[in-house]
Amino acid sequence: MAVIENPDRSADATPRSRSWYEGISTGWWVLAAALLFMPAVANDFVLFQVFGWTFILGMIALSLMFLAGYGGMVSLIQMSVAAMAGYMVAIFGFSGISDLSLGMPWWVYLPLAILIATIFGTLVGALAVRTEGIYTIMITLAIASAFFYFTRQNYSIFNGYTGFNLVVPPELFGVDWRQPMPFYYLTLGCATIAYLAVVYVSRAPFGLVLQGVRDNPRRMAALGYNVVAHRIAAYAFASVIAAVGGILLVWQNAQIAPGTAGIAAVIDILVIAVIGGIGRPIGAFIGAIIYVVLSTFAPDFLLSIGMSGERFNLLIGLGFLAIVFFSPDGILGLWDRWRARRAKRGDPLTGESASGGDAP
Amino acid sequence: MARFASRHPVWTFIIVLGLAVLLWLIFTPWSPQMEETLGRKRIFLNAIFGGVTLGALYFLVASGFTLIFGLMRNVNLAHGSLYLLGGYLGFEISEFTGSWLITFPIVFIIVAAVGIVLQHQVFRRMDGEDLRQTMVTIGLSVVLADLMLWYWGGQSYTIFAPDWLSGPMTLPIISSIRDSGEIVYLRYPAVRMAILLAAIVIGIGMWLLLNRTRLGMFVRAGVDDREMLAASGVRIQYIFLAVFAFGAGLAGIAGIVGGTFQSLSPGEDTRFLLASLVVVIVGGMGSIPGAAIGALIIGLSEQLGLVYAPTYSVVFTFLIMALVLAFRPQGLLGSAR
Repeated sequence: MAVIENPDRSADATPRSRSWYEGISTGWWVLAAALLFMPAVANDFVLFQVFGWTFILGMIALSLMFLAGYGGMVSLIQMSVAAMAGYMVAIFGFSGISDLSLGMPWWVYLPLAILIATIFGTLVGALAVRTEGIYTIMITLAIASAFFYFTRQNYSIFNGYTGFNLVVPPELFGVDWRQPMPFYYLTLGCATIAYLAVVYVSRAPFGLVLQGVRDNPRRMAALGYNVVAHRIAAYAFASVIAAVGGILLVWQNAQIAPGTAGIAAVIDILVIAVIGGIGRPIGAFIGAIIYVVLSTFAPDFLLSIGMSGERFNLLIGLGFLAIVFFSPDGILGLWDRWRARRAKRGDPLTGESASGGDAP
Repeated sequence: MARFASRHPVWTFIIVLGLAVLLWLIFTPWSPQMEETLGRKRIFLNAIFGGVTLGALYFLVASGFTLIFGLMRNVNLAHGSLYLLGGYLGFEISEFTGSWLITFPIVFIIVAAVGIVLQHQVFRRMDGEDLRQTMVTIGLSVVLADLMLWYWGGQSYTIFAPDWLSGPMTLPIISSIRDSGEIVYLRYPAVRMAILLAAIVIGIGMWLLLNRTRLGMFVRAGVDDREMLAASGVRIQYIFLAVFAFGAGLAGIAGIVGGTFQSLSPGEDTRFLLASLVVVIVGGMGSIPGAAIGALIIGLSEQLGLVYAPTYSVVFTFLIMALVLAFRPQGLLGSAR
C-alpha cells in the first residue's frame, strides 16, 4: 500500500513547493521526509494511535489556533464543530445504529457533513463575535456544553448517551482506510493540506485583514473593512478544518458519543493549542503530539514512579499551568527565546538573530 | 426601576403581567379544568419552589463570580473548583464536628484563604492579561479537579442537614382541595426553605454592604474606574484581596449548601462553573442584582423544564442564554461598556 500511496503524495507535494523552493529551510525537508517514510520504521500502534491521533487533534487545534492567533478570538467551540461533523457522517452515512443512519453514499454525506458543521460553526461564530476577549471564551464554552448536553439528551437524531458506533471510512480505490498505514497517510495528507491552507490564508489579503482586525478593529473599520464579516468568515474557514478533523476522528475511533465533545475534550483542544504555541500554525501539531504522547505513555510513566496511572490529568494540568505561567507563547516561544539567545551570543556585534525566521 | 418603567412601558407591562399571572397561579387553588390542562398543582408548586431554591444556590455561586469579574476583570474559571472544594471541606468538617452550622464560618475562612492565595500569587502577577488569567484558571481547575478526585475519590457525598432542619414544613400555600373540602397545604423540605432564606439574607447583606458602607463605596468606584480609584489614594490591592476572598468564600459556602440539598461528586465543579457563567451572562457581568435575576431565571427554567419537558431541560438554559446574547449582549442588567 505504501507503494500506491508514496508517489501519490510526493507528486502532490513537489509542484506546490516549487515556486518558493528556496524559502523552505532544510528542517522542513527533513521533517517531510521523516513523516513520509515513517511507516517504514514505526509499528501499527504508533502509526494509527499516536500519529493518526496527533494529526487529527492537531487539525482541530489548528482551527482554534487560526481563530485565536490570527483573529484574536479564543473559541472553544471547535471541538463541538468537529463532533458535529462526526455525527453528521454517522447520521447520513453508515453506522451500527441502522435505524438512525440514512446510508447515503460517501460523495453525498462527506460534503454534507462538512457543510452542516461549517454552518453550525459559523452560526456560533456569528453569535460569538458580538462579544470580545474573555466573553468569547465564556460564550463558546457555554454553547459547547449546550451541544454536549443536547446530544446527550436527544435520542431521535443523536442517539443520546450511547451515540453511534461502527462508523468506518468508505472503501475508496480498493483501500481499507482504517488500516494503520492508509489511515496514517490519510491523516497526514489532510493535516498537511489544512496546515498549508492556514499558512496560505494567513498571508492572503483575507488573513492580513484578519490580523489587522485582531490588532485594532477600530482602525480596520475606519479603513472601510467590515470587521464583523471578516470575523465570521474566519469562523467559517476554521470550521471547515475542524469539520475535516472531526470526520477523521470519528473514523479513527469508529464511534462517536456526546463525550467526544464533552467539556474536558473542549478544554483539551485549548490546552493543546496553548502548549504548542498559539501564535503559529505548527504549534497546534507540536501541542498535539505532546498531548498524545503524554496521554498514551503517562500512565506507564506514572506507574513507574510509583503513582497511580489515573493522575494523567494532573500531569497535563501542571504542564499546562507551567507553560502558561512561564511561556505564554507555548513551547514554540521557549524555542524562539532559546534560539534568540544563542544567536545573540553568536553574533555580539549586531545582537540580531542570525537565523532567518520561521519557514512556512 | 421607575426609569425603566417610564422608558419601556410595554416591557414593564409584560413583566408585571407575567409576575401577576405567576403569583396568581401560586396562590389560587386550581380548578379541575386547570389541573386538566396544566397538570397537578403540587407538581407545579414543587417545580417553582425547586427552581427558586436552585436559583438561590446559583446566586450564591455566581454572585462571587460576578463581583470578582466586575471589580477586577478577572475571569476566574476555577470558581467551580472552589465550590467543590468548599463542599468537600464542609463534608469533612461536619463529619468531624458533628455540627452543620459551624462548618459555614470554617469553610468560608479556608476557601477565602485559598482565594487570597489565588489573587495574590496568580492574578496579581498577570494583571491586565485577561487571556492568560483565563488560561491559568483553566489549568488550575484541571489540577484542582484531579487533586480532589485523588483525595475524595469518585463517589458522591451528601452533607446531612441537622435534625431541626430535616423533614418538611408546611407553607401557607394551598396545594389542592380535596373533594371533602379539606384544604391541603404545600409541604416543602425545611432545609431548602432555610437555604432560600439564607440566600435572600446574604443577597440583601451584600446589597447593603455595597451600597451603604465605605468599603462598598470603594468597590463600586473600583467597578466603574479602578485607575481613578487607585489614583485617589485607595489601596486598591487590599480591596481586590478582600473582594476575591469574599467571592471565593461565598463559593465555598455554596459548596456546603449544594452538598446538603444535592450531592458532591467530581464534575459538579464544571457544572456549577457553567451555571454561574450562564447566570452571569444572562444577568449581566459584574451586576449583583443581575446575578440574582439571572440565577432565578436559570433555576426556574431548569426545574420547570425538568417537570414539563424533561428531555430538553438542560437545553432551555442555553437557549435563554443565546436569546439574551442575541438581543442584549451585555446581559439583562449589565451596562454596555
